[in-house]
Amino acid sequence: MSVTVIISIVAYLILAPIAGGLLAGIDRKISARMQGRFGPPILQPFYDFFKLLEKEPITVNKVQDFYVMCFLIFIVITGCFFFAGGDLLLVIFTLTLASIFLVIAAFSSNSPYAQIGAERELLQMMAYEPMVLITAIGFYLINGSFAISEIVSSEKMGILYLPGIFLGFVFILTIKLRKSPFDLSMSHHGHQELVKGLTTEFSGKTMAVIEIAHWYENIFLLGFVYLFFVNTASWSPVLAVAVCLVTYFIEILIDNSYARMKWQIAINASWIVAITLGFVNLLVIYYVR
Amino acid sequence: MYDVERFGIINTGNPKHADIFLVTGSVNEQNISVVKQIYEQMPEPKVVVAIGICATSGGIFKECYNIMGGIDTVIPVDVYVPGCAARPEAIIDGVVKGLGVLAEKRAAMDKKPAAAAKAEIAADTKAAAKAEAQANSSEQKEAEATVAAIKEKEEA
Repeated sequence: MSVTVIISIVAYLILAPIAGGLLAGIDRKISARMQGRFGPPILQPFYDFFKLLEKEPITVNKVQDFYVMCFLIFIVITGCFFFAGGDLLLVIFTLTLASIFLVIAAFSSNSPYAQIGAERELLQMMAYEPMVLITAIGFYLINGSFAISEIVSSEKMGILYLPGIFLGFVFILTIKLRKSPFDLSMSHHGHQELVKGLTTEFSGKTMAVIEIAHWYENIFLLGFVYLFFVNTASWSPVLAVAVCLVTYFIEILIDNSYARMKWQIAINASWIVAITLGFVNLLVIYYVR
Repeated sequence: MYDVERFGIINTGNPKHADIFLVTGSVNEQNISVVKQIYEQMPEPKVVVAIGICATSGGIFKECYNIMGGIDTVIPVDVYVPGCAARPEAIIDGVVKGLGVLAEKRAAMDKKPAAAAKAEIAADTKAAAKAEAQANSSEQKEAEATVAAIKEKEEA
């Protein structure tokens, strides 16, 4: 393990929650402005986080705190693998494991609302998993390796070979970032939620853990977008970060311009996108390369 | 546009995520258990805001045979926002006042974490006093319970 790997892991552990929290604050501010409101202060997510830590702990089922902790730990491990330049497939599998822990946590509460949220989370995972795997295969086809360190140091810029896969990935990013129209299991907007979906039974510190895990997760997901635009050129990281921010802005715009859709539409749409944009893109680079 | 999110406040349907409980309408025999249950599901520290004259005292329905009166006959109320209907500015003002009470309760929790819950209920003695004064009439009014979450105060 080289020094750069350790530095990038430590940087991820410290900076990701800060950046993720700021991103969430900017998200809320921009959303409010889009709706003609003044909006909360940018640092509001951090105030919320510390407020949650001070709340009385109410746990329906002791085991749910354990699963929620596992969710955080595996999200962090996923991000560490990713930013340390690990294997893309391993990253995807640990991400899936982390999501499953959240689903089990919601199921363990035995609350009907949390269970509906958990079922919908499973449906969402079914919806986005194919596209995530196609993304990994796409990177493998152009670089001959699943290792993120090799993808980053490759001379080929992913987006030039994988435009369809990029669009497909941005599509499922709407699901992963929990944005409308696909925020089926847990919405940030109270008016379109079954009590509070997946997180109904979590409060206080447990909720704070989920919040911070989402911040880690969001930064890691934008890392995927980054991967499409980075190559050996010195200007490419700047371009990649800019594209990450633009992508996030577009997600906010989509979030504010759509109502929630039915889960059938979410699954059909994301699989159709995965097949048309993702799979066709794979075929093209497989034969043209 | 009336925006409480500028104070960091967002509306939630989930009592477990809520800090401030907004109640509109009076309490009747049918919904006492509902109001109590929502209140009990909220984690400490918590604040109750009675919105409108019906929630404050029972209003014109006060004398109805099935009406308990204001919300304070069932759960301890911290802030009253009278009016029929209460103006949006008044509701926002009441909620922001609730933030102050919330901060006090949180500070009190740090001092004596265990005794905090009991002290709150005892503090609202006037609630118990009002509970007896029910008479009869024929009107019935459903109380709606709304839960609002206050996600930490800022700028307040």
